[in-house]
Amino acid sequence: MVSPQELLYSKDHEWVRYDGEIATVGITDYAQHALGDIVFVELPRVGKTITQFSNVGVIESVKSVSDLFTPVGGEVTEINPAVEADAGLVNREAFTEGWLFKVKVSSEADKAGLLDASAYDVLTSAG
Amino acid sequence: MYTPHTPADIASMLADIGVATLDELVRVPEGLAPQAQIEVPAALPERELAVVMADLASENTATNFRSFLGAGAYRHYIPPVLGTLAMRGEFLTAYTPYQAEVSQGYLQAIYEWQTYIALLTGLEYANASVYDGATALAEAAIMAVNATGRRSLVISAAIHPQTRAVLATYARGIGLSIHELPYAANGCTDFSALDALLATGDIAAVAVQSPNFFGVIDEPPADVVTRVKAASSVMIGVIAEALSLAVLRTPASWGADIAVGEAQSFGIPLAYGGPYVGFMACSAEHLRRLPGRLVGRTVDTNGKPGFTLTLQAREQHIRRERAISNICTNQAHCALLATMYLAALGERGLRDCAVANIRMTQQLVAALLELPGVTRVFAAPVFNECVLRVPGKAADVLLRLQADQILGGVDLGRWYPELADCILLTATEMTIEDDICALQQALQCQLEVLV
Amino acid sequence: MSLDIPLLFETGQPGRANRYLREEAAATTYLPPELLRETLPLPEHTELDVVRHFTRLSQRTMSIDTNFYPLGSCTMKYNPRVNDASAALAGFRDLHPYAPDALAQGALRVMHTLERALASLFGMHAFSLNPAAGAHAELTALLIALAYFAQRGEGTQRTTVIVPDTAHGTNPASAAMVGYKVVSLESDARGRVSLERILSTIGPDTAVCMMTNPNTLGLFEDHIAEIAAAVHAVGGLMYYDGANANALMGNARPGDMGFDLMHLNLHKTFSIPHGGGGAGAGPVGVSAALAPFLPTPIVRSQDDIFALDFSCEQSIGPMRSFWSNFAHMVRALSYILANGADGLAQCSKLAVLNANYLRVKLRDVIDVPFDELCRHEFVASAQGLKRDTGVRALDLAKALLDAGYHAPTMYFPLLVPECLMIEPTETESKETLDGFIAAFRAILTQARRDPSVIQSTPTTTPVARLDETQAARHPNLRWKPA
Repeated sequence: MVSPQELLYSKDHEWVRYDGEIATVGITDYAQHALGDIVFVELPRVGKTITQFSNVGVIESVKSVSDLFTPVGGEVTEINPAVEADAGLVNREAFTEGWLFKVKVSSEADKAGLLDASAYDVLTSAG
Repeated sequence: MYTPHTPADIASMLADIGVATLDELVRVPEGLAPQAQIEVPAALPERELAVVMADLASENTATNFRSFLGAGAYRHYIPPVLGTLAMRGEFLTAYTPYQAEVSQGYLQAIYEWQTYIALLTGLEYANASVYDGATALAEAAIMAVNATGRRSLVISAAIHPQTRAVLATYARGIGLSIHELPYAANGCTDFSALDALLATGDIAAVAVQSPNFFGVIDEPPADVVTRVKAASSVMIGVIAEALSLAVLRTPASWGADIAVGEAQSFGIPLAYGGPYVGFMACSAEHLRRLPGRLVGRTVDTNGKPGFTLTLQAREQHIRRERAISNICTNQAHCALLATMYLAALGERGLRDCAVANIRMTQQLVAALLELPGVTRVFAAPVFNECVLRVPGKAADVLLRLQADQILGGVDLGRWYPELADCILLTATEMTIEDDICALQQALQCQLEVLV
Repeated sequence: MSLDIPLLFETGQPGRANRYLREEAAATTYLPPELLRETLPLPEHTELDVVRHFTRLSQRTMSIDTNFYPLGSCTMKYNPRVNDASAALAGFRDLHPYAPDALAQGALRVMHTLERALASLFGMHAFSLNPAAGAHAELTALLIALAYFAQRGEGTQRTTVIVPDTAHGTNPASAAMVGYKVVSLESDARGRVSLERILSTIGPDTAVCMMTNPNTLGLFEDHIAEIAAAVHAVGGLMYYDGANANALMGNARPGDMGFDLMHLNLHKTFSIPHGGGGAGAGPVGVSAALAPFLPTPIVRSQDDIFALDFSCEQSIGPMRSFWSNFAHMVRALSYILANGADGLAQCSKLAVLNANYLRVKLRDVIDVPFDELCRHEFVASAQGLKRDTGVRALDLAKALLDAGYHAPTMYFPLLVPECLMIEPTETESKETLDGFIAAFRAILTQARRDPSVIQSTPTTTPVARLDETQAARHPNLRWKPA
């Protein structure tokens, strides 16, 4: 799957969509595929301040568990209730309905540490 | 030795492996061989072993005494059918049901245990069990710490001293601080210091035991629960005598978010302290933090219903250093016994058993209060235990009762110096009137000598 | 579809139960109603219903008593019934934990004798019988380490626990629980802990190095003395995870290898029934320097009189209520007395014999990544098979269930892909092993001929493979009234 052009990516396989000062974060289709059937996501609390690339939660599949890192720093403003109710949404719609949380961005400089779609696709095809 | 190998088997297997002797198979680098003689007596044939073990068992003369001991381990009637069923080799010699397809029986029994515990506590979910009631409280404390991000606990001083001691061991290791609330004159927890503690904003949980160590029914008043929840702390209910759940208000109904306790009373022999079985139940909010194993109902690839271990990603073998607890085994076989016990007794049997405990305890207390100098220490209602004050030191009184083949209860001075003249006595459905008369008479003789 | 065996909650009729006790008045006769629950919604069954229910459940449970159970690292050996008979003696079974010491001398003698026997068998100064299971024992040992370093004034300095990738999964979880930073150590090409890697990892921050020997590949850590010396040189402690103690019982001792702390799983090595996943028992052994920190109580003996000692000032405190899983101590002692020192050593040798026999009889049909003399267990890998046919270790495990064998441990240790860890134990006969070898070989032949047959196993079990995704996404963890 070719990753959407309008998003930025982290090497930890998270994506981020910037919309003014709000950034939406999810995991990539590549990541959901590698994890297998996702059964539960543990997301940061709304109101919490998080820093770029820090561990902010956990993604569980049936028999594995992975840390969730945030590709962008700031204050968590919203978490996706649909994913909390149905974690399978992340498998089905990783780039859209399966978003995880939104952040009020603290620094535009975070973007410098992220990849564009073509760079991310090179990263994942190399592996 | 329980090994089947004939000399011919060994020779042919060694030849297949390409090794000359058995010793070669277990050889260790030089210097690592045992540096001392292993001091274990020579093997005994089973008949002689049985004699040795019977002799050891007979040295435990306490089992011949009339007993009023309780304090966290209770003598209850165990229907023989439990032994017959639970000792079936399929249950006894199975491992953890990781291969669900060939473990449906055990998995279903654990699912039934989880249901029984949920029904008894009134809470939404229960796990497959933990080591015992004391470690269950320690695990509940860790749940609360993880839920709140806070590192202090408030516990009642009327929680079983041993449970508090185990919690303290864990807390020292994990780096948690513990504040104790004293007990009040009526034997219930005194919550007057609670507000100041909650105001620190660092209280992960408040834990209360009911019935408490003094036997007193000690559910926290509604306003206390409200204040605990207003401070976003977790309310933990501890149950040391699971039988009380048959008649007393459920922990859920008085406001516990997590209920933990000891289910030894459900068909598990005293056995000098174990194995017993801890239970843990919680509201839906805390499910993901609940440690230990969980059995879930699902379907197989043909759509047929079945059971499997689930939510395993919470557990140590997958999370490794990220795990919320290192707990690995549950007490499956004890939980199985408890499930059988609850199935056999049923609603009426369990309630009648619980009521018999209350009745016999009231009878015991009434009989002893007839004696001059014996007084009831705490006025609040009790389940199957009660604290009585006796003239002189409790330890001395109990020692003298032993001469009459009576274990008169537990000396509270062991943990509460201010109660060194107090005895915690227990009566259950196993107590007969003759026991009570014998204790009354023996105590009366002592008192007459003293007076 | 409904369950083959209905839940207890779906059957029964009110009015059937209580043949055990006298009928009692309502609880309100004795206690104020505001203290009482309104309903007790439990089902009522005849005793025959209960017997049939649990008998049928038992028939759907694979066990050592019914099938060969080569589950790696779990030591599923025969559980002699005399042990259970010993534990069921009224003098043990009905003994209250608060019985005065003077009236419980038999029980205390059991504990003391067992403790001495374990100390001698494993070369440790003393054991605590307090921990209730293996993982509980690991936690106990790490708390002892914490207390030891705190007493030496090194509490803040010693922050790291080293865990090789061949260690058990509980090790990192236990270490993290008490706040230690876990450093995972990659094995070398021989499947052992590399001395060089240890040397470059340890330092003044090292608290404990947790190892199991033989490791989870079934291989003896032949550099253990040098590793222990290196860890000791930086002031760290060596911890022995006794899950694999069946491989060396009576033939080698962790104490002689330089281990300062260890635990045993009495339910593995000492033939205590696993009971479907517990109760276990996990005694912790220590060197003389660490003995003051052992959990309370300790059984002391003087002039052949035994007593529980709670007065240990430096103790980490109790890990469990009362004196832990006493009935299991009776079973373990019964097993030790039945075998004697030589018998225990022979058990261990025959366990190693059986494991190597399986290894040499299977290595031509499945990869054995570390194909050398193993100890009590070995690992095979289905990676090649998966590459060729798509058949995974999981599929082989499920096919074995159909053939009437319990599956080996799967996907552990993590360093071997598509891993099957096989531990036959010493109580299995050559005929049983030959039967297993034939079945395993037939499965592999079938896997290469028609993978789909193996991938759709098991078909003869009460249920087929279960939907674990659904189970985890929509947890149904209890019955609920309609």
